Amino acid sequence: MEHGAFGDQSNATFSLTEEDHTLANAVRFTLNQDPRVTFCGYSIPHPSDARVNIRVQTTGDPAREVLKDSCQELMLMCRHVRSTFAKAVDDFRTSEKVQAMKIDSKE
Amino acid sequence: MAEREETEKKKEAESFSIWDLPDVPQKLPPHIEFQRTRVQCNLDAPIHTENVMYSGAYASMGVDNSLQLDHFCNNFRVEVIRLTKDDMEFDLIGIDAAIANAFRRILIAELPTMAIEKVLIANNTSVIQDEVLAHRLGLIPIIVDPRLFEYMSENDTSNEKNTIVFKLHVLCERGGPRLTVKTNELKWLPNGSELPLETKPDSNPSSKPRTYTSFSSSQDLLPEFSNNPIRPMLDITIARLGPGQEIELEAHAVKGIGKTHAKWSPVATAWYRMLPEIVLLEDVEDEDAEKLVKTCPVNVFDIEDIGSGKKRATVARPRACTLCRECLRCGEEWEKRVSIRRVKDHFIFTIESTGALSPETLFTEAVKILEDKCERVITELS
Repeated sequence: MEHGAFGDQSNATFSLTEEDHTLANAVRFTLNQDPRVTFCGYSIPHPSDARVNIRVQTTGDPAREVLKDSCQELMLMCRHVRSTFAKAVDDFRTSEKVQAMKIDSKE
Repeated sequence: MAEREETEKKKEAESFSIWDLPDVPQKLPPHIEFQRTRVQCNLDAPIHTENVMYSGAYASMGVDNSLQLDHFCNNFRVEVIRLTKDDMEFDLIGIDAAIANAFRRILIAELPTMAIEKVLIANNTSVIQDEVLAHRLGLIPIIVDPRLFEYMSENDTSNEKNTIVFKLHVLCERGGPRLTVKTNELKWLPNGSELPLETKPDSNPSSKPRTYTSFSSSQDLLPEFSNNPIRPMLDITIARLGPGQEIELEAHAVKGIGKTHAKWSPVATAWYRMLPEIVLLEDVEDEDAEKLVKTCPVNVFDIEDIGSGKKRATVARPRACTLCRECLRCGEEWEKRVSIRRVKDHFIFTIESTGALSPETLFTEAVKILEDKCERVITELS
């Protein structure tokens, strides 16, 4: 749900249901890092409702596109985290095997 | 050696003058860089705790603070310290606190597991009340991959795709000793419930009686369960029975997430801390060094001999620091000698699993769930 002026696409508040700090803080982080954004923040109107309001103000680009781009970047970051983590776990497992073999061969 | 460099950098920062700056600044001056990347833990409270994430924060200096994805991809590292069947400890280096916290929150509250939800009690003559017994059964971890099952909503019937059925029937003999009922007594029923529903007496007497679940096929025909049966975590005490007491019940387990009830949380807990960095700003020698080494309860400091009988303190294990700040309290001017800091983008994650999934699978699933959330927002916006 997007609340904003019809004429001005660059400032808007997005109201997301069924979300909380988990997604909102992460999206706020990626939004802030975007150079097109002048202001961004999020608030939770009431803790019993699962609803988050994300406010985006940009330097002219439509706020919807900027939010989409930030979510896209967050997705790419997550994918990179996953692949790096999988590789690190594999490296750790092989190095453990090598260690175990070294200890066996020493004995 | 590292703290020597830090000492030199600090001295450099003090003798810094604007005439030394290059004409086009590429990096931030050292004290600003320190504020951006380290939390300084003073005796009373930490300072510089906020993360400077605004892209134009250093625009007046000409330094771009915006997120470049390739910069993140190049600098991000993961190092696994310990990995066992039930827990793991690993380092995430180069990531921000917002995302690390998102992973932690998802690990605790939004990863699905199977847990007992409905308990049908046929007979309970023990001293444990029905509801207390049902509550205890709900908290038992069930060792099965929750990805093989589907969620069950209120309108669905219980079938073999969304329910696991366990049975418990224990009787303590009269004249025998007291009995401890452990989770080892919970038997898995792969064919579904055995308790019959009350049906009208004029229905066909030769057909199979309807039970509380309608399994169309047996669960142990599935390849995942044929060799390793579904069982709860063993050796957990459920109840204690005196002579003559009996418990007979059937428990149905369904899929859920930790947000609804904590019994569905797949981690015993998951937490992270930032990497501590201890720096000795001045040389600490002789008795001061001995005092420093003795005050630290986790042995962060060590003594090294620098010849001619003099001793100096060094930082041997900064990672073990628990931030108790005892080393700052042991005298008046110790705050000027020891500097305790945290590195803002280096997180030491620890995940302890309850047994259903291995910890590295849990983390991978948590990252996938964050990706799904982003995708949901993107599709809603388009």
